[in-house]
Amino acid sequence: MQISGQMRDFVVRFAGEGGQGVVTSAEGLAQASTQVGYHALTFATFPSQILGGPTWTQARIAVDPVLSPGDDVDVLVAFNQEAYDTHAEEVRGNGVIIFNANEFELEGDERGFGLPFDELARSTGNNRAANMVIIGALAYLVDMPQSYLEEFVTKRFSRGRVGDDEIIRSNIQALSLGREHMSASGFSLGALESPQMPDYPQLMLKGNESLSLGALAGGLEFYVGYPISPATTILVYMERNLVGRNKFAYQVSSEIESITTILGAGFAGKKAMTATAGPGFSLMGEGLGLGWIAEIPLVVVDVQRGGPATGLPTKTEQSDLMACMFPAHGDVRMPVIAVGSVEECFYGAIKALDWAERYQGPVVLMTEMSLAERAQNIRKPDLSKVEPESRLVYRGNNGYKRYAGWERSPMPLPGNPGAYVANGSEHDDIGDTTHLPSRHVQMTERRFGKLKLLEETEYERDRAEESVVVMPWGGSKGPGLEAYNLLKERGVPVGWFYTMFLNPLPPALLEELRKKELVIVPELNFQGQFASILRSQGIRAEAITQYTGLPFKVRDLVDQITEMTQSVKKEMAGV
Amino acid sequence: MSKKNPEYDFKWCPGCGDFGVRRALEFAMIDRLETTGEPMENNVVVAGIGCSGNLVHLLEGPQPYGFHGIHGRSLPISLGVKMARPELNVVVVAGDGDFLSIGGEHIGPQAARNLNVCAVVMDNGVYGLTKGQSSPTTKIGEITSSTPYGKLESEIDPLELYLTFGVSFIASGFSGQPRPLAKLITQGMEHPGFSIVHVQSPCTTYNDTFDALKGNARKGIDPTLFTVPDDHDASDRASAYGLLQQPGIPVGVVYQDNGRPSLDQQVELMWERTTERTVQSLMDAFEF
Repeated sequence: MQISGQMRDFVVRFAGEGGQGVVTSAEGLAQASTQVGYHALTFATFPSQILGGPTWTQARIAVDPVLSPGDDVDVLVAFNQEAYDTHAEEVRGNGVIIFNANEFELEGDERGFGLPFDELARSTGNNRAANMVIIGALAYLVDMPQSYLEEFVTKRFSRGRVGDDEIIRSNIQALSLGREHMSASGFSLGALESPQMPDYPQLMLKGNESLSLGALAGGLEFYVGYPISPATTILVYMERNLVGRNKFAYQVSSEIESITTILGAGFAGKKAMTATAGPGFSLMGEGLGLGWIAEIPLVVVDVQRGGPATGLPTKTEQSDLMACMFPAHGDVRMPVIAVGSVEECFYGAIKALDWAERYQGPVVLMTEMSLAERAQNIRKPDLSKVEPESRLVYRGNNGYKRYAGWERSPMPLPGNPGAYVANGSEHDDIGDTTHLPSRHVQMTERRFGKLKLLEETEYERDRAEESVVVMPWGGSKGPGLEAYNLLKERGVPVGWFYTMFLNPLPPALLEELRKKELVIVPELNFQGQFASILRSQGIRAEAITQYTGLPFKVRDLVDQITEMTQSVKKEMAGV
Repeated sequence: MSKKNPEYDFKWCPGCGDFGVRRALEFAMIDRLETTGEPMENNVVVAGIGCSGNLVHLLEGPQPYGFHGIHGRSLPISLGVKMARPELNVVVVAGDGDFLSIGGEHIGPQAARNLNVCAVVMDNGVYGLTKGQSSPTTKIGEITSSTPYGKLESEIDPLELYLTFGVSFIASGFSGQPRPLAKLITQGMEHPGFSIVHVQSPCTTYNDTFDALKGNARKGIDPTLFTVPDDHDASDRASAYGLLQQPGIPVGVVYQDNGRPSLDQQVELMWERTTERTVQSLMDAFEF
């Protein structure tokens, strides 16, 4: 397909068998592009098995910051026949399908172009350079200068080792071979506009890495966890990196141990955290209730996946919100922060630890599969501007009444005067069990009253005067914002609100939302969980739901938001 | 704090074995205070749920820190306290239902970790606070409120279970002898690893075994308890198994393995094999 014209972004999907280089090719393309100033985002799904199985990763490369994985696939790189059969339908009509000519033959699809990945790689003397053959071919399709890629290869393989030069040479040769073959094919997508290198330092990392770094920057000292997709990478990162005096990271024997162990650590004075996914989170319910009533600071990260029970362990969904806000029996309402981008993973983790210390109780930090495994370039955080909050510690003598009064009070730490019993039974001011009605009233009001300490003032708003607004949460922020930007361009009268603070909501935001005719909430669950929570707070909210295990497509959101907005406007006009 | 606190509305039944265990723990903690010179606040008592767990509120004299958590989870809570602050002396108090039934899954892992805490288990062979249901140590065939036609499953032998799990200090005691029991608890607290002091602590309301344990000559009942013989080699696993095969319940130290590092010691050893990284350097690794 010969297409001319300027492009501001393009989307490549790499599909094949696990272990064929699907992920490394996508990440290589993303890294090469970001190094010369483009923005990139990768989106991955995995089979729930150790080796092999069909897998795919999508990379979106753009001149502007990337908000979503992209609705349409411009190029499919099919490593085998099954990959073609599964994904060909999602390639746009005038897109390109590069297939591995060493694996299979493709006939009857005019978008198809056979590239012998392995053979070309072998001819460079480096069998592992197949991904560079592919990247070279892709670069030709969007008219990306060869020099960009050579720069990336040189930087990546200059590691000060013997043989670096040879590896650089073979990889550059592989890039050239891919480019030459592609140029001979007659296919082209157009010219990707030149990148604008951001004037700030950047990181390229995945959501779970960003979250882990954020937690460390927030002063995390104690981490335990139990392996579960898609939260395991946080456990692995912590065990590797949270080491040294007064630090502890450890794998315990169940999620029940995870929550109760950090309860012990939080009580003993540490900033403590665990991360899990739905099934593990369900097991933590009782422990979270204990943290709430005994007033123990701790953070639980829920990396959401799909469905109840084992459900869809490697797919994305936003269906744990009710469980996260109300994980335990009795009167509880957990503070919840839900992050919506790789960058927010970093700052959300710091905030979650701050909140736990500030109100002295458990905080749930929600993220999701699509963020956990998403690699993205973000502005490098400036650690000198991060000021983690520390605990209000009791420093008096013995005889202290830890639970006295209706408000947060200084917390004594074991080893120091002020001994008390941290109690999961209803208790009096020194922590002894009691069933007096007046005490249950006082303690219940004390626990709920402390939530006021978590009321934040900042949130995102645009065209806030509109009577119909869109407000996604968590990972639906990206596609939601991209859809909103398009709607704004098209003049659809709709406003934008967003916060990662789901409970408590910033009070000023709550006030604004209560005045709206309609708050449209795109969210990945059947019931419209956040919309329902908003309605319970006096807001006219309606959800746009999806439960496919995949993120929203921008196009679908644009259509549905437009329709909902028009129907409200008609009602208002009395039509 | 019970005597001074009118709001606290829990009471053990008169004659409850747990009174003796509380006394023994008070003795042991006061002894520790006198030998080490450390303040009482360096002790943390992590309690399970049940009659036994209330011990944490009933301690007289200088008060340790307490954590009265949720049913069955006293061990992992103690894991968190100990690994957060290894310098603290951490004691777990729990009952047979709490420790061996709902909490049974946590014994093996702590044994493998050799977690340096001392668990004092009050075994009365019954769920007392919920009014008399069968527990893991209730004998087969016994009639309780939850086994109206006789208990269908066998009782477990806790001491043999601990030995099999590899608990590195195992003692067996009796609530009717607070002083000797205090000595066992002291030994358990001093043991550098996971220690369990399993105490026969009868429930006078639902399962009064005082006569059976101590014996009653007038009623012609022989005692079930016997003192661990002086020549018992507690460092030898086979001897410990042998001791447990004898009829009756031994009182004394059943097994002690001093040769294994505890989890906090393992962590210190690990530090020597690792390099501490700053957050800045970890972040820089992702810069491009």
